[in-house]
Amino acid sequence: MTTATLGGMPAITYNFAYLDEQTKRMIRRAILKAIAVPGYQVPFAAREMPMPYGWGTGGVQVTAAVLGPDDVLKVIDQGADDTTNAVAIRGFFEKTAGVATTTATTEATVIQTRHRIPETPLRDDQILVYQVPIPEPLRFLEPRETETRQMHALEEYGLMHVKLYEDIARHGHIATTYAYPVEVAGRYVMDPSPIPKFDNPKMDDCPALQLFGAGREKRIYAIPPHTRVRSLDFEDHPFEVQRFAQPCALCAARGVYLDEVILDDRGGRMFVCSDTDYCESRQAAGHRGEMAPPDAALPQPVSPRGEDATRVSDDASSDLSASARGRPAGAGAGAGTGAGTGAGGTEAGHD
Amino acid sequence: MTTTDNASHPASLAVEEREPEERMASASRSEVAPQGQMRGEGALLAVSSLSKTFVLHLREGARLPVVSGAAFELYPGECVALGGPSGAGKSSLLKMIYGNYRVDAGAILVRDGDETVDVASAAPRRLIRLRAGTIGYVSQFLRVIPRVSALDVVAEPLVGDGVPREEATRRAADLLARLNLPERLWGLPPATFSGGEQQRVNIARGLIAFRPLLLMDEPTASLDAANRAVVIGLIEEKKRAGVGILGIFHDAEVREAVCGRVIDVTEFGRQMA
Amino acid sequence: MTEQPLLIAETLGKNYGARIGCRDVALEVYPGEVLAVVGESGSGKSTLLGLLSTELEPSAGRVSYRLRDGSLRDLATLGAAERRLLMRTDWGFVRQNPADGLRMAVSAGGNVGERLMAVGRRHYGDIRTEALDWLGRVEIAADRIDDDPRSFSGGMRQRLQIARNLVTRPRLVFMDEPTGGLDVSVQARLLDLVRSLVSEMGLAVIIVTHDLAVARLLSHRMVVMRQGRVIETGLTDQVLDDPREPYTQLLVSSVLAA
Repeated sequence: MTTATLGGMPAITYNFAYLDEQTKRMIRRAILKAIAVPGYQVPFAAREMPMPYGWGTGGVQVTAAVLGPDDVLKVIDQGADDTTNAVAIRGFFEKTAGVATTTATTEATVIQTRHRIPETPLRDDQILVYQVPIPEPLRFLEPRETETRQMHALEEYGLMHVKLYEDIARHGHIATTYAYPVEVAGRYVMDPSPIPKFDNPKMDDCPALQLFGAGREKRIYAIPPHTRVRSLDFEDHPFEVQRFAQPCALCAARGVYLDEVILDDRGGRMFVCSDTDYCESRQAAGHRGEMAPPDAALPQPVSPRGEDATRVSDDASSDLSASARGRPAGAGAGAGTGAGTGAGGTEAGHD
Repeated sequence: MTTTDNASHPASLAVEEREPEERMASASRSEVAPQGQMRGEGALLAVSSLSKTFVLHLREGARLPVVSGAAFELYPGECVALGGPSGAGKSSLLKMIYGNYRVDAGAILVRDGDETVDVASAAPRRLIRLRAGTIGYVSQFLRVIPRVSALDVVAEPLVGDGVPREEATRRAADLLARLNLPERLWGLPPATFSGGEQQRVNIARGLIAFRPLLLMDEPTASLDAANRAVVIGLIEEKKRAGVGILGIFHDAEVREAVCGRVIDVTEFGRQMA
Repeated sequence: MTEQPLLIAETLGKNYGARIGCRDVALEVYPGEVLAVVGESGSGKSTLLGLLSTELEPSAGRVSYRLRDGSLRDLATLGAAERRLLMRTDWGFVRQNPADGLRMAVSAGGNVGERLMAVGRRHYGDIRTEALDWLGRVEIAADRIDDDPRSFSGGMRQRLQIARNLVTRPRLVFMDEPTGGLDVSVQARLLDLVRSLVSEMGLAVIIVTHDLAVARLLSHRMVVMRQGRVIETGLTDQVLDDPREPYTQLLVSSVLAA
């Protein structure tokens, strides 16, 4: 039990990580089954959470079920630690579980994510929890749940390729850039949640456990550590990730996923790392992009790593404000054109 | 049977040695041919004790006798006419031999290569096979197939026999030319053709492929003298190729030109009575 | 011509509660053969088609099918995976309403290519080439390959459905009133197409129709159904030209001559 205090008076008392123990046990059973059958969507009795659907209710329930008092939690939304959604969820677990939080990928033991996989390679002592809006990869082609279940059961995945075929027929290449379907452990076809397909290769043979939670659709699925994850494609149109013509404007990183940031209404724009932690770490290590602020103006890291991990949400919103990290005000990942969809804004950087 | 070259068919050699009349004399009219065995040696077709009555259920089960006790044989290389007034059952008899009308009693034995098939009792699939290779039928009217050109209508039996489409089409064109069908009509579906034009398409379709047994129902009814002569020539060629032809020829000129004998259908009823 | 039947139905029956869908049906279909099932609405012909194609579960009797390896299998003993594989490779099903047999939001090429992808074809260029070939065979212009069937006329949709079904070269195709609801001229074109594809590919077809002219044009043999039973069978021209049963005589005499 943790107690949040308000003006020195005991206020609301929560069970650890908000959910009651029975519910967490039920979710853990679903998670175990999901790990046992990689890529298979396990139904679970998703609870109402104190946040609307679409804000990560599935991910939050999975996180709540796997979180322990010693865990260090990181929450990202589109790669950024400082967007409303990430800040709110981080605050939620600080309040209900009292766990330490961090923005540093390397320090986290549990990372809940919406639409990205961190650039820093994950380790075997980490768990990545994805928020999933629509878990069924076949849904847009086959509306009947009874039929899609049959198709999974019988490994009938021709339809998935119909979708890719349609892409090539209409655009000349596979235009699906996010939520790009993958085959897990040579068996189930899975929706990786709306991460950019740039991140798909990171799922393959990943040392960390990857869990996927869909609250509205009440499904949990998983990729156990070191599992083969293959992106679907055609022999003559092989899977390719997005490539960016220029490096990050702030940290000069190449080979990472970049967000387009509009600077003004005269067409000014910059491409910066979508993974804010990765970008800051590189800047702190002295890497400079062409639009990076001069050394003198560069803010010190908001606080030494470790201290940061104990910060509570009230402080986070100001400490992690965009301007404090060398970005134009309001130009976080969420401000990139169409970044809310997870991919639209990234197409500009696609060659 | 998929023989496509009339001239080279072995039957044509076998037949020329004997006159049809001789064989006809040796073949007495039979009552009953034992099942599965031709009575007259070498007969293509042996009909025995054949009876058929239509039952019209829509008219309180009225019974309409068509044929009773029909019995005759047909040999390779001969053309035989069915005689008798209209309504005597000539067309019905042809249709029964083709398997189009069902039979109440009796047998219709047809030689199919090494086998003998009783059309009266054969399974539908056996009949299909018999029609595909052995029995040809030139009906009085063309049953038009929508959208199929006259040339393709005629070539179809050859294509069914496995002849390459180009060759089948070429032979269909030759035959239509011989029957004086204007070339501008060849590419059109025959639905809008005149009666005589349709009949020539029908004859060409019926005669283009080799079928040892040919049934013809008034093939020259709507033809002018010139085209009647062409048809006579075609029938003579079939006879020389060893084909046995049973037909209804109302036109006396044609009948006398091609038929060696006439079977009077009215006789059958009388014999039974 | 193979003399072994492709599909055999024995004492096949289906009850809907107390109501009889069809009863005691026995029939055989041979390779390359077109069998028409005719009868009025409610005669049980669609139920029979459902039973033969395993879309309905029989209340009695069984349906056996000869697989490509030559073995005759009771379809009820096939696993769901085997049966579904059969349905999308060795069988086709052309439905009366094209929207039931097509993916209306997927392009014509995708509709035709789906079965190829379902059997593991993964070369986009090859799939597209084959789709184009099939669109040509069903007389759909090549430049419509990327249009979806919502922009197609009724006749085009039906032709697309045929292409989609035939692309895996099935041996048996079920057709449920494939020309129903089409204009006469469109019907004629479709029938001609089906006719030539059937003979070119040596397809076996079981076609349900209430239209005797369609049955005459397409089928070799015919089954007449009434009140859930088969009341008359035979060569198509035999049944139509010399119908025996009172009901068949009524059916044949009720056809308007054009």
